[in-house]
Amino acid sequence: MNWQWFHRLGSPRWFYQKTSVLLPWLTFFTLAILLVGSVWGLAFAPADFKQGNSYRIIFLHVPAAFLSLAGYYVMAIAGAVGLIWRMKLAFVVMRSAAVIGAALTFLALISGAIWGKPTWGSWWVWDARITSMLVLFFLYLGVIALQEAYQSETTANNTSAILTLVGTVNIPIIYKSVDWWFTLHQPATLKLTQASTIHPSMLYPLLTMVVGFYLFYALALILYTRAEILKRECRTKWVAELCGVDVNNKISRA
Amino acid sequence: MHPKRKQRLFLVLFVVVFASVAIGLMLFALRENINLFYPPSKIVSGDVPLNTTIRAGGCVVPGSVQRSKTNLDVAFMITDGNAEVEVLYNGILPDLFSEGEAAVVSGKVNERRVIEATQVLAKHDESYMPPEVAEAVSDAEPGATEADEQGKDHQASCEGMNYES
Repeated sequence: MNWQWFHRLGSPRWFYQKTSVLLPWLTFFTLAILLVGSVWGLAFAPADFKQGNSYRIIFLHVPAAFLSLAGYYVMAIAGAVGLIWRMKLAFVVMRSAAVIGAALTFLALISGAIWGKPTWGSWWVWDARITSMLVLFFLYLGVIALQEAYQSETTANNTSAILTLVGTVNIPIIYKSVDWWFTLHQPATLKLTQASTIHPSMLYPLLTMVVGFYLFYALALILYTRAEILKRECRTKWVAELCGVDVNNKISRA
Repeated sequence: MHPKRKQRLFLVLFVVVFASVAIGLMLFALRENINLFYPPSKIVSGDVPLNTTIRAGGCVVPGSVQRSKTNLDVAFMITDGNAEVEVLYNGILPDLFSEGEAAVVSGKVNERRVIEATQVLAKHDESYMPPEVAEAVSDAEPGATEADEQGKDHQASCEGMNYES
């Protein structure tokens, strides 16, 4: 098998140039879909028969939780690719995914707490779903901390990639926690195999928000990865050229 | 694939599989402790320590909620379809607490196997619909229809719970 294409994919420079074209389009669609989804969900979707208007936080809580889980797989796959193929870009993506994933997990936890107070009667309960979600948050923070803990970039990359891989165990646990154990958190509303237990008038804005969050995740990942590339590759010729610096004329670095 | 890379691929797979097995065994060993609450049948059968703080969860039996006229005392029964347990509580109940809905209470089980609760949480189910639709649905299916499935699926909503058993 010819792996040439795969290795070209790993070039930070190639990634930077390709995404420059994609970015304006992605930004536009992300903002448009998020705007449509939130206005639809917050203003036009009907109130719930039991929870009234307080259920509307679902339009933030569920997409954030979705992406915090999906984002972990992005980070784990990037870590594995980096370990196996020693690909520079993969580690950059892993680092970026950790930051965005941590932010989304935090958002899911906070929105869940705000939702929990009026509906359950408590900000926080140590049930299996919420606790495993907190573990996910700490895993993301751990990956970031490990990246910063080492002087050598190679050691930092390798150790945090291994932590990432070990942490993948947590994802199916989070997902199935509400089915395996007695929890206060309700089981999944959106189901792949059977009909979702949410009325279509609320389902469609929710799905719009989920799509919007996927696009937002892609956008944030690309932006963060580009910034991280510039930081890591700041000594290379192509970055210098990008900044309009005359490479032949040695510039003094601050 | 380069042999060196193949070797690293197997290392990565080993790390993931090994970690999954280790954590899987740990969760299996702790499976009882991970549950947030005991079902009423465990309390009735005596599997629950007395006079220590525990949590119990189940559906609030319709018609069982009795409120005091002078203070915030409230008594109600919770059931998992197999057994019922009485709960005594003094305090403000959450908005979503109601008969025929699930609740999780934390408190101590006394010698009469009655829970003296210090906290009552409402557990809501995973279905969302507009009020008009909910009315139409409840008009269409009166009474319990899915009673057979109850007890097996502990997370199922209290709708269709067979309260007679």
